[in-house]
Amino acid sequence: MSATRELFIGLRRAPLLSLLSVVTIAFALFAVGLFGLVALNIQRALAQVEERVEVRAFLLDGATDDERVAAMAAVSAYPEVAQVDYLSPDQALEKARQELGEFSDVFESGFLPASLEIRLKPGFRDPNTVALVVTRIRAIPAVEDVRYGRDWLEKLYDLRNVAAAAGLVLGLTFAAVAVIIIGASIRMTVLARAPEIAIMRLVGATDGYIRRPFLLDGLVKGLLGGTLALVLTWFAHLAITRYVIPTAFFDSRTALLGLLAGALLGLMASSVSVGRHLRRI
Amino acid sequence: MIRFTNVTKSYGRGTTALMDVSLFIAKGEFVFFSGASGAGKSTLLRHVYMDERPTAGEVRVGGYRSIEVSRRDVAKLRRKLGIVFQDFRLLEDRTAEANIAFALEVIGTPRSKIRDRVARALHQVGLSTKGTSMPGELSGGERQRVAIARAIVNDPFVLVADEPTGNLDDRASRGVFELLAEINARGTAVLMATHDLELIRRADFRTIELADGRVIHDSAGDGESLPLVENS
Repeated sequence: MSATRELFIGLRRAPLLSLLSVVTIAFALFAVGLFGLVALNIQRALAQVEERVEVRAFLLDGATDDERVAAMAAVSAYPEVAQVDYLSPDQALEKARQELGEFSDVFESGFLPASLEIRLKPGFRDPNTVALVVTRIRAIPAVEDVRYGRDWLEKLYDLRNVAAAAGLVLGLTFAAVAVIIIGASIRMTVLARAPEIAIMRLVGATDGYIRRPFLLDGLVKGLLGGTLALVLTWFAHLAITRYVIPTAFFDSRTALLGLLAGALLGLMASSVSVGRHLRRI
Repeated sequence: MIRFTNVTKSYGRGTTALMDVSLFIAKGEFVFFSGASGAGKSTLLRHVYMDERPTAGEVRVGGYRSIEVSRRDVAKLRRKLGIVFQDFRLLEDRTAEANIAFALEVIGTPRSKIRDRVARALHQVGLSTKGTSMPGELSGGERQRVAIARAIVNDPFVLVADEPTGNLDDRASRGVFELLAEINARGTAVLMATHDLELIRRADFRTIELADGRVIHDSAGDGESLPLVENS
């Protein structure tokens, strides 16, 4: 008798219990999925804000073209730097006017100095790294001053750290709750089949033989529950995008990992439940 | 074949179910275990199929020793034993045939052999025509026969029967006992725990009487006492 056949026998005998298990697992994982969706979108929003981290190096009034080019070459060579753009006084004025909208006429020509706009590579936008890069830029002879919105950057990173810590704690809590719910759900299946297990032991079935259909059962239920949770999360994403705010969804690799995690959780919950049961009989 | 050497079984809170039990049961013997409720009959039988391990002493069944068997060994031992209970322990949602086949399936018997062996076991217990019946459709005696068929389908060398007639009326009890005696006549040792003194008196088999976890009497069917431990 194969484990697969036993699995189907179990599903056929107790279809409601099986359905209940799958739905319970699905909702437990749906909570994790929703949390993941929120975490993903907060992370993306922060990443978008982070992309705006920009260092501006103002050049000395009398800096020559050669000095400007040398300064640009030096800054471009830094490993942390993604892009360096030169902004002439006129371009700086135009940009300031664009950014200020209706107050655009408060500036007059020649008011702003020439500058270098420096964008940093991802991973080098934290306050400490930016401060180090700024110190090096300040040492360049043609550079008069360097600005990078230090307070704003530090606040952004504080927010990011708080979000990451809260995310970790909440994520672990949701995952733990899911594990407990899945464990309890699989335990119901084990208890429902306790008489069979007792007879199997009585007639000489090995623990491995008894365990196999339950492991397969947990794996399949975890996979089905995971799939259902993914579908529910997708609909939640659609609803939020339509009625509240545009949101991003998991990429296919993350979604597949979620499914595998569901299957693995089912497998582990089964293994623990049936293992505990077997130790008692 | 089965040897208990100074077996004591204690549980927590000072309860002792077996106290210094020593006995030997030879191949093909029929042995009754008698005694009041709580005397230790069921505990003793559970030691035979190693559902329990002694707190002190040793049980040997076939080539298996209680002090060294693993869970896997216990599974292997049980494939050579048949076990029957008062409450039948049939799977209510399977036919009689399926209940018997289950015992073969879970130990990996090829499917091609299962059908014939189930039919043979059903024939042996006199239920050839009831194979497709569900347990709920059978009388108590018939249910116990199905349980016996499940126990013997694997040709065990020992059949352990814990109060197999406890839930049956006199006629069904006699039928079940006669069946066990037939099985014994074909060479399988039968260990039967029972309260039924009338049955013991009529049957003329070896009887081991227990009280408070101790063997207080061990006799052959002709009334002569047997040594508690084989002199070998």
